[in-house]
Amino acid sequence: MLPPLVRAVASRLPAFPPAVVCALTLSLFAPRVVGRDALATLEGRTFRIVVRDAGTSVAFRIAPERFVPLRPGHAVDVTFTANAVDFLRLAARRADPDTLFFDRRLLIEGDTEAGLQLKNMLDAVELPRWFSGIREKQGRTTF
Amino acid sequence: MTAPKRIELVCPAGTLPALKTAIDHGADCVYFGFRNDTNARNFGGLNFDAKAAAEGVRYAQLRGRKVLVALNTYAQPGAFERWTRALDLAADLGVDAVILADPGLMRYAVERHPDLRLHLSVQGSATTYEAINFYVRHFAIKRAVLPRVLSLAQVEHVVGSAQTEIEVFGFGSLCVMVEGRCALSSYTTGEGPNTVGVCSPAKAVRWQDTADGLEVRLNEVLIDRFATGDKAGYPTLCKGRYVVRDDTHYAIEEPTSLNTLELLPQLLQMGVAAVKIEGRQRSPAYVAAVTRIWRAAIDACTAAPSRFAVRDAWMGELANLSEGRQTTLGAYHRPWR
Repeated sequence: MLPPLVRAVASRLPAFPPAVVCALTLSLFAPRVVGRDALATLEGRTFRIVVRDAGTSVAFRIAPERFVPLRPGHAVDVTFTANAVDFLRLAARRADPDTLFFDRRLLIEGDTEAGLQLKNMLDAVELPRWFSGIREKQGRTTF
Repeated sequence: MTAPKRIELVCPAGTLPALKTAIDHGADCVYFGFRNDTNARNFGGLNFDAKAAAEGVRYAQLRGRKVLVALNTYAQPGAFERWTRALDLAADLGVDAVILADPGLMRYAVERHPDLRLHLSVQGSATTYEAINFYVRHFAIKRAVLPRVLSLAQVEHVVGSAQTEIEVFGFGSLCVMVEGRCALSSYTTGEGPNTVGVCSPAKAVRWQDTADGLEVRLNEVLIDRFATGDKAGYPTLCKGRYVVRDDTHYAIEEPTSLNTLELLPQLLQMGVAAVKIEGRQRSPAYVAAVTRIWRAAIDACTAAPSRFAVRDAWMGELANLSEGRQTTLGAYHRPWR
């Protein structure tokens, strides 16, 4: 769980600016990293990522080669819910999503097919060697 | 068959990073499928296109490992060419073997690619040495993967009389163990593993957090409701909880995973050629952990079978990755026999 102070601050921040930052970052990297063809298969789909212990969420729509931020409350196709540390471990490939799911630490609601497709698409991304180096360091220290 | 010197570790790859991870962690063989219904893990975003497959084959073979391609569904009416194209692609890629279930496709392989090594898939449902020897006689298969329905004594009997190598399942999610003959997914959703390559297709699955618990529906049929703290499982009909005579329970089977680590000395001794790890749908993190543990165990067992002991740390880590967080010896161990 996140420390109470972080949680209190995070839950009071407006959700839209983080969604914009998140969408811009994804737009910058995703087409190159995930691949344009893979992204195109999810075009028009909407996702929400709920960070349970931070009390916050971001939502976006996948458009051609970019991610469009959505306002809080906007209806989405798929919602992923987990605590911050589990999202970080997933991003670092230190956790297996199915294992988190069996443990009820990761919830996927809505269009399961689109959610599974996004998960598989991210699994298929070849991480650069420098990322592996960072991941090893992280493994020895924090999570 | 004479006993092989060692057991091959056959690991799953749903993606290129998973394949490389399996190789890096000590897999002897990796197996994958193409991006369509010619394999039994036909999920969106999973599997290999021709480019990823070529890179995967190169990565494995450069390191002296083998690549197997699963073409383990049954060709559907009017679409046989999709299966033969997939088989041609596998042959062109120079893979070490293809894993087939459909006798029609085996015939095509024998005629068109006589040098291509054929393995009989678990979906072929061959549980006796007579059935396996039939495939040896007609299609010259070089290995058969046994369905998870046999006791250890029965496996030994098959290994002793089959005229080909035998591969068994070592670890991974279990189903109701009527591989190749299960119609539960088709019954509920109209689609099943043999026909379109999926059990419980994702488009038919709906998870919903409600006041009564986390509910999961398969094609609108409620198959389970998880209370807070309950472990979740894959949304398959066989692992649902149902009301039977006013009692709600796992009426067909509990979500659990097979783990035969402790049987390794017997499997080695009886001459099993390979142990298969299930899980092409799982992430590279799962593949890394399971491959690493099984590599260490097989090496320890091969070096000194009589002194082989399963480590608690191995079992703990494997249980943590398992559906239902529990493991079983499945049909291998039948105390009632």
